[in-house]
Amino acid sequence: MKSLYEIRFSGSGGQGIITAGMVLGEGASLFDGKYVVQTQSYGPEARGGACKTELIIADYPVNYPKPILADILLAMSQAAYDKYIHEIKDDAFVVVDSSLVQYKPAKGVYPVPITKLAAEEVGLKVTANVVALGVISSLTKIASYEALERALLSRVPRGTEEINKKALALGKKLEFKDNV
Amino acid sequence: MLFYKLFKDKDGRKVGFVQANEACIEAALLAGMRFFAGYPITPSSEMASVSSEKLPMYGGKFIQMEDEIAAMTAVCGASMAGLKAMTATSGPGFSLKQEAIGYAAMNEIPCVIVNVQRAGPSTGLPTQVSQGDVMQARWGTHGDHPIIVLSPSTVVETADLTFDAFNLAEKYRTPVILLMDETLAHMREKITLPAENELKLVERKRATVPPSDYRSFDTRFGDVPPFEPYGGKYHFHITGLTHDEMGFPIVEPDDVVKAMDRIHRKINNNLDDIVKVKQFQTDDAEILLVSFGTPVRTCLGAMEIGRKEGLKIGVLQLQTIWPFPDKAVLNLAKKIGKIFVVELNMGQIINEVQRASQGKSNIKGINKYDGLFISPDEILSHILESKG
Amino acid sequence: MMENIIHDYLRPKKSFPHVWCPGCGDGIVLNAMVRAIHSLGKSKDEVVFVSGIGCSSRAPAYTDFSSLHGIHGRALPFATGIKLANPKLTVVVFSGDGDALAIGGNHFIHACRRNIDITVVVINNNIYGMTGGQASPTMPTGAYGATAPYGNLDRPFDVCKLAAAAGANYVARATAFQFFQLEKCIKEGIEKKGFSVIEAVTPCPSLYSFFNNTGRGVDMLKKLRDRAVTTQKAATLSPAELEDKIVTGVFANENFREYCAGYAELVEKAERSKKNEESL
Repeated sequence: MKSLYEIRFSGSGGQGIITAGMVLGEGASLFDGKYVVQTQSYGPEARGGACKTELIIADYPVNYPKPILADILLAMSQAAYDKYIHEIKDDAFVVVDSSLVQYKPAKGVYPVPITKLAAEEVGLKVTANVVALGVISSLTKIASYEALERALLSRVPRGTEEINKKALALGKKLEFKDNV
Repeated sequence: MLFYKLFKDKDGRKVGFVQANEACIEAALLAGMRFFAGYPITPSSEMASVSSEKLPMYGGKFIQMEDEIAAMTAVCGASMAGLKAMTATSGPGFSLKQEAIGYAAMNEIPCVIVNVQRAGPSTGLPTQVSQGDVMQARWGTHGDHPIIVLSPSTVVETADLTFDAFNLAEKYRTPVILLMDETLAHMREKITLPAENELKLVERKRATVPPSDYRSFDTRFGDVPPFEPYGGKYHFHITGLTHDEMGFPIVEPDDVVKAMDRIHRKINNNLDDIVKVKQFQTDDAEILLVSFGTPVRTCLGAMEIGRKEGLKIGVLQLQTIWPFPDKAVLNLAKKIGKIFVVELNMGQIINEVQRASQGKSNIKGINKYDGLFISPDEILSHILESKG
Repeated sequence: MMENIIHDYLRPKKSFPHVWCPGCGDGIVLNAMVRAIHSLGKSKDEVVFVSGIGCSSRAPAYTDFSSLHGIHGRALPFATGIKLANPKLTVVVFSGDGDALAIGGNHFIHACRRNIDITVVVINNNIYGMTGGQASPTMPTGAYGATAPYGNLDRPFDVCKLAAAAGANYVARATAFQFFQLEKCIKEGIEKKGFSVIEAVTPCPSLYSFFNNTGRGVDMLKKLRDRAVTTQKAATLSPAELEDKIVTGVFANENFREYCAGYAELVEKAERSKKNEESL
């Protein structure tokens, strides 16, 4: 584990990208005891329905609040992938929603059909952001599963707890391979 | 509808992972804020939303007014009725509120005004960061007037300076401006709010004289007049006209000077209590970064990186921007030969740094005004460039 | 014989004379307001008297109520802040036609819509007096003023129609000549829970008369007397006959929910949704 992670989640508006960032941030800061700063962007950085949230999760207080090169990139849309795939570290984890994104196989690039899994395995397409969180947690261990689940359940609408738990747990069952 | 949740830690303190906009209101509620009048404007709108949901639970009042001016004047009215009152806005709204902010300064009405800066002028870049309102925060309303302006750089500091803002407003009977920016407003970090018994809250000084002897702006007890709210035995008048101790209009030149001097003196004689700065590694610094608000964090980032590369960088954070921290700037200017003033505008606070440093240091601006936040690399490249 | 109670309500330490010109209607309206408050048995302690900027807005300084002389056009939002902060107070506002309807026009219609329990007396003399006789939003078309040297192009607002349409609970009009009717309207307005608008039509024998040759104060008061017709009488007149008339009486007397009362209900809802924070 590194002592500081720069994390970028990006996709399209409506995919719950910001919410996923909030859940990860809250889980890591309040329940895992990490130092976290989360920012979100509007304007030219996020134009055309694009949506982005960034986090820094560290073992010590964070000054400069924005990632430069990501340790973890989640790309849930083609535009997001194209824009941010070059702004990563050499040892970065890149999680690509392979049901939506044409990607170039590379070391550290993990294709997971996130939206498809949300629709077919969880039974609710809008849980794709939660599936993605489960995937990232399992793959990178950036936040504990317990912390994420607690943060998630404190935010989701009443009556949707079970399906959200199911979506988050999906990541645990998957086997990950970068395709190199 | 709230987009955050607070938890209680083992000491009974409220803890949450929240945006600065949310932290500001949570802190304000703890500081005793019981009245919020607002008007929707990006990027401060969350403050009105949180207030609308929470204030009724605290026995307080939220009202969405018909415009920015009405919000500011309603805040003045509510404060005169005895409630700790605030409003929040952004650039265009801040412009509109100026006349009423002057009224608050003239009538010594305690209140807090948050301005979440976005890029201007005019409608500008509504969702993007800027620090272009530094001078407006000082001189936005017409006429010479006293004002206190605080500027936080983290979510935690937003809560801290919100407490300070209310305390200073009450203590000095003055409007206090909390100058934030868009990046901070929408940034989330963990905050731990003080438990109620840990709070040191200041309440406005009340009258000790009988109603028949009460004066709206009594100078017999020091430069800050005792306050009585509307709705009691004390009947008094206030006016935006230049006034005497009774609140009645005056035109005699000597009286005018006396009145003007006092409202400025109550701030200027208490700079040590009001002006706050933070210094980071300035002891051995050869290069000083002076900044305020969120860019301070970039300065600290640049300091960390720079020091690894042998650049002895220190940082001076202006938590209070107005009154300007002359003393702190001069002291550092005397011992550090190079000062870079980092601000997200075309160069505003740099003029004050130049004035305060009295030619003792070589001062350059690092300015960014493209709507984006500044990175440590941008600061470092300016520093390296100037080294040649 | 009318009891002269005004001296009981003048501020003891205020140095007079007041700013109003001889023949001005503002003093008449102030007297009516004070008598209305007196007849309601209100304690001075519970009254706050708020105004904006203009001739009539100087009134609060002269009375022994707590008072706020605000900024131009904003008397109503100041008053709204005071009232909502302490709903037990009786908040009365004086505002001129320029103050209430031009620079403060937006606040005026929204205060009506909000229906907060404030009584505003709009003292309408059809002109900006304090600044030297400029055209106001109630100046008749064709009348002259410092900014209407060729006659006023604009049409005047009907204060009462505007207030009633915007949702005020109580709306009435009287002229400065009809002192007792004016006092009664102000009294009813204060008694009414909700937003009350009383238009007091007054003479400006200094500036309006200077530009329009309407004579001295007494002449103008007589003219107000002659032009005034009741709402009942007005109903029988043709538009042509109504041309130069001032219709007086009550234009709205509703019981829509008052804002502070609504807020109290909202507080109950909020308290029910209050939850304690769970432990970390």
